[in-house]
Amino acid sequence: MILPDWWDASRLVFELFAWLVVGTDKIALSRPAHQQIIQAVGMKESMHTSEVEASLINSLRAGDESAFTWLVEQYHTALVRLAHLFVRDSSIAEELAQETWLAVLQGLNNFEGRSSLKTWIFTILTNKAKTRSRREQRSIVFSDLEHGTSDSPTVDPERFNPPTADRSPNHWMAESKPGSWAGIPEDLLVSQEVMNLIGQAVAALPENQRIVITLRDLYDLSSDEVCNILTISETNQRVLLHRARARVRQSLEKYFQPEN
Amino acid sequence: MTCKELVELVTDYLEGKLPNEVRMHFEDHLSGCKGCTNYLEQMRETIRLTGRLHEENLSEQQKDDLLNLFRDWKKT
Repeated sequence: MILPDWWDASRLVFELFAWLVVGTDKIALSRPAHQQIIQAVGMKESMHTSEVEASLINSLRAGDESAFTWLVEQYHTALVRLAHLFVRDSSIAEELAQETWLAVLQGLNNFEGRSSLKTWIFTILTNKAKTRSRREQRSIVFSDLEHGTSDSPTVDPERFNPPTADRSPNHWMAESKPGSWAGIPEDLLVSQEVMNLIGQAVAALPENQRIVITLRDLYDLSSDEVCNILTISETNQRVLLHRARARVRQSLEKYFQPEN
Repeated sequence: MTCKELVELVTDYLEGKLPNEVRMHFEDHLSGCKGCTNYLEQMRETIRLTGRLHEENLSEQQKDDLLNLFRDWKKT
């Protein structure tokens, strides 16, 4: 039997309502509803929503394979990539990510939700990776992160009037002022070509900047979370983020407005 | 505040980390400078678009390994 769209929608509303009223531990959402909620709130928002997290955790505790698959699809590649910053060998990075998942499953009953599920998972991975890298005596990451605070400009100084100019020194030169992107159609902004461009720009960043922008802007972690995970100061984190974003912006500007 | 100074403070501004007085200079400058307004807008757009980057999918091998890990855990 084919049910009309409103059927799904109204069932979802009903389940959500029942869920909010009765509480997550007393009523289990049917699997499609669970997935619809995740879709409805979007991946990023979903991970900030403690109710959705609670439902996810309950599903995991109950041994729901689809909940685990969903989680793994969201974060496994990220975990491997993060681990790779601490250990040289890709197979060890993969192993660390797998060990993390096992630790997550084993620790589910003790997870109190003081941090978000995502932060908890990333922290487990980072701790494991740090221990492993100490064993391998590879501590490049930390020192690199601490040396990220160089103060070279993030915008080509040639684009500003010289400091000695009579009129508006250190202000944008008329011909190299950044233009507005407001007129660029959304289709072009989110096109595969632009996504590839951003991917390449991020990949080309120095390791310390790349990890910070990945955690902040791709995985949507907060500044506090990133500082804790990487054990770097907030200022340092911000400097690395600034440099990384500025480089990505520059690539986009070259693409959208090659004349600059 | 000059444009050259402003562009280096954009992230601090977006993170809400500028001291009040500096933030006021920053916003004063913005209100009279199209170039810097566009620059800030470009940075915001860069952040939004970077957030849309998707991770490459998992390989079948990775999926199998992880599912086995899950099933083994369930048995315990």
